[in-house]
Amino acid sequence: MTHQIIIAGFGGQGIMSMGQLLAYAGMLEDKNVSWLPSYGPEMRGGTANCNVIISDDMVASPIITKATAVIAMNKPSLDKFENAVSRGGLLLINSSLIDRKASRDDIEVCYIPANEIAEKLGNSRVANMVMLGSYIAKSNAVSPGSVINSLTKVLGSSKAHFIPINQKALSMGAEYVK
Amino acid sequence: MIKVFERPKSLTDKPFHYCPGCTHGIVHRLVAEVMDELNIRERTVGVAPVGCAVFAYEYFNCDMQEAAHGRAPAVATGIKRVLPDCVVFTYQGDGDLAAIGTAEIVHAATRGENITTVFINNAIYGMTGGQMAPTTLIGQVTATTPYGRDKDRAGYPVRMSEMLATLEGSAYIERVSVHDIKHITQAKKAVKKAFETQLAGKGFSMVEVLSTCPTNWGMTPAEALKWLETNMIPYYPLGVKKEVE
Amino acid sequence: MSKVLMKGNEAIAEAAIRAGCRYFFGYPITPQNEIPAYMAKRMPETGGCFIQAESEVSAINMVYGAAGAGARVMTSSSSPGISLKQEGISYMAAAELPCVIVNMVRGGPGLGGIQPAQSDYFQATKGGGHGDYHLVVLAPSTIQEAADLVIEGFDIADQYRNPVMILGDGILGQMMEPVEFRFSNRRELPPKTWATTGHTGERPRNIINSLIIDPQALEDHVNRIYQKYGHIMKNEVKVECCNCDNADIIVAAYGTTSRIVKSVIYLARQEGIDVGLIRPITLWPFPANEFSRWADRQHVKAFLTVEMSTGQMVEDVRLGVNGKKPVFFYGRTGGMVPEPSAILEEIKKVMRSVMK
Repeated sequence: MTHQIIIAGFGGQGIMSMGQLLAYAGMLEDKNVSWLPSYGPEMRGGTANCNVIISDDMVASPIITKATAVIAMNKPSLDKFENAVSRGGLLLINSSLIDRKASRDDIEVCYIPANEIAEKLGNSRVANMVMLGSYIAKSNAVSPGSVINSLTKVLGSSKAHFIPINQKALSMGAEYVK
Repeated sequence: MIKVFERPKSLTDKPFHYCPGCTHGIVHRLVAEVMDELNIRERTVGVAPVGCAVFAYEYFNCDMQEAAHGRAPAVATGIKRVLPDCVVFTYQGDGDLAAIGTAEIVHAATRGENITTVFINNAIYGMTGGQMAPTTLIGQVTATTPYGRDKDRAGYPVRMSEMLATLEGSAYIERVSVHDIKHITQAKKAVKKAFETQLAGKGFSMVEVLSTCPTNWGMTPAEALKWLETNMIPYYPLGVKKEVE
Repeated sequence: MSKVLMKGNEAIAEAAIRAGCRYFFGYPITPQNEIPAYMAKRMPETGGCFIQAESEVSAINMVYGAAGAGARVMTSSSSPGISLKQEGISYMAAAELPCVIVNMVRGGPGLGGIQPAQSDYFQATKGGGHGDYHLVVLAPSTIQEAADLVIEGFDIADQYRNPVMILGDGILGQMMEPVEFRFSNRRELPPKTWATTGHTGERPRNIINSLIIDPQALEDHVNRIYQKYGHIMKNEVKVECCNCDNADIIVAAYGTTSRIVKSVIYLARQEGIDVGLIRPITLWPFPANEFSRWADRQHVKAFLTVEMSTGQMVEDVRLGVNGKKPVFFYGRTGGMVPEPSAILEEIKKVMRSVMK
């Protein structure tokens, strides 16, 4: 099984760290993983995106041309990557910031008001974790436990106090798409 | 019998290739005498330039590296960072240090790199046949300023010692001359002081030595010494430009 | 030692430190900036030294000085910066100084772009600077391989007293993969008796130098270096062959591009075409014999070289194949990473043309 995920949004939405957490969690489950960011001037205030591959086999190309899932955190990202979802694939839309519907009918689409859910938790910055929770629940690419474990590694001990709210955001996201 | 004069141990037996009347030989000897007196020869690594002193690695009787044109301060930086207990010096001419290697010398000084530079300023490119140097005086005739250096076309001669003295990282900068015995004695003191500055770990040290090039200046050695005194010293005033306690 | 998830650039830096590199001199340029930043942080922790030089020119000459003083030393840059370093690289090859130089290639010529490319192949493998010399050029395709090759690269550099280049690209530098720092095939290395470390009379005076005025002496020196290159060509070739045994067509690709080709092997099989891959891991010495060997096989109809350039490695592939089979080329330039579907189309085109 190979999961090929494109995550996209604007700088500051935690796009890169979402992808890294996912890759890290895959690694903790002894899967083959890769994380490839967009880089350069487009990162300065523009859209940021990363490609994450989690696979039982060796990862060949780290570049995703046909995604099993796209997570769109803002509208330009939806416009840019909607067509990258392979037929039968998954498209997760942050409906807090995206007012349009998906135009594809050959894929599964979920609308998640990630910012609103995050605000209910008291910190809009965990909107990315809400989306990640939804994605994991839909795809089973990795287990929520692995994501929590990688959170500890990625955040480090100085930011350990952020773990509970992130954990909560993950489960709220999962809950929403059940 | 008491020996009153001998070749410094810090010079090899190799005869110099320099032209008759060239002052490079004097400066080589001064550096070698200082290395002997400070008893540092065994832990010194020198860096030779590109220019007339390109073969300096054959003359100084210590471990030597030959650098690309202008890059001696960068090479010396690499050596000194690996071997902080070694004494590291560069020996560079005006083309090497003040033209192609300007960035390297400025940044070695500004980093306060704990190395010593001996800078030979004879206002001309010797090795390549007498072209204009960055330190060539206004009006001075060279192969590439056949009508004399014109400030409108070729700009002004650069005073490296004054420039480097403005940098926080430089610890000791002095300009000396070797046109007569008195000044040669002073020059040796300055070279010694520069090496002592390094031994004390104070930072970048440089001695600029006003020198002659009789061959490319088209003069006899005696005329060249006189020309240096009359023309170069007024534009390049001698003395200590920077000294950190 | 467990696996960690690291960016390629950071893994390369950490691998160098694990290999005993304690000196790094560099200058910022995208897309390799994580290497100097990582070194700036880690070197003081290891008792080593990091300097951000005033230019790439100075950086490589600091490398020259440190290597001449006997240290394990590294520098890294990307294409335009590597051009600036060529002077120093030529001097180091001539003075036989070991070091590791990383080039995270970006699109060129000129200032070009900052996206991944493979257009520095000629520069890396054919000399790059002036004079008769070669670098050992290692082209990793994964981050694990990059770490392994950096560690082995320092040994190769020390064994042969020659600069070694790691030729990557922006993708390899920026992406993250699991990596484990491991030491396999450690070599017995000769002591650096030639280094300028101070001359106390126990050995002859050491001189690090590339100036040899006497033509006969210069020729002797260059011939001796080329004898050394002969040993390298005999002993250090690394290549991966994948799915070649029954291949109709063999694709030649290195680095990131070879990974894309691996995806294509699977796609092509679905279309009934058996595609093999020869992936040179050492670009110099080039695995020419491997190409020659497969070109002799009846089932191989043609070769296709795929690069992120307008066709550089393809010249070496042609030399290896030596006219025995046709060699085709498909390439895109800086940042226009070839897509699997486009490569598949090329393969089909090649098949149609050789089946005629």
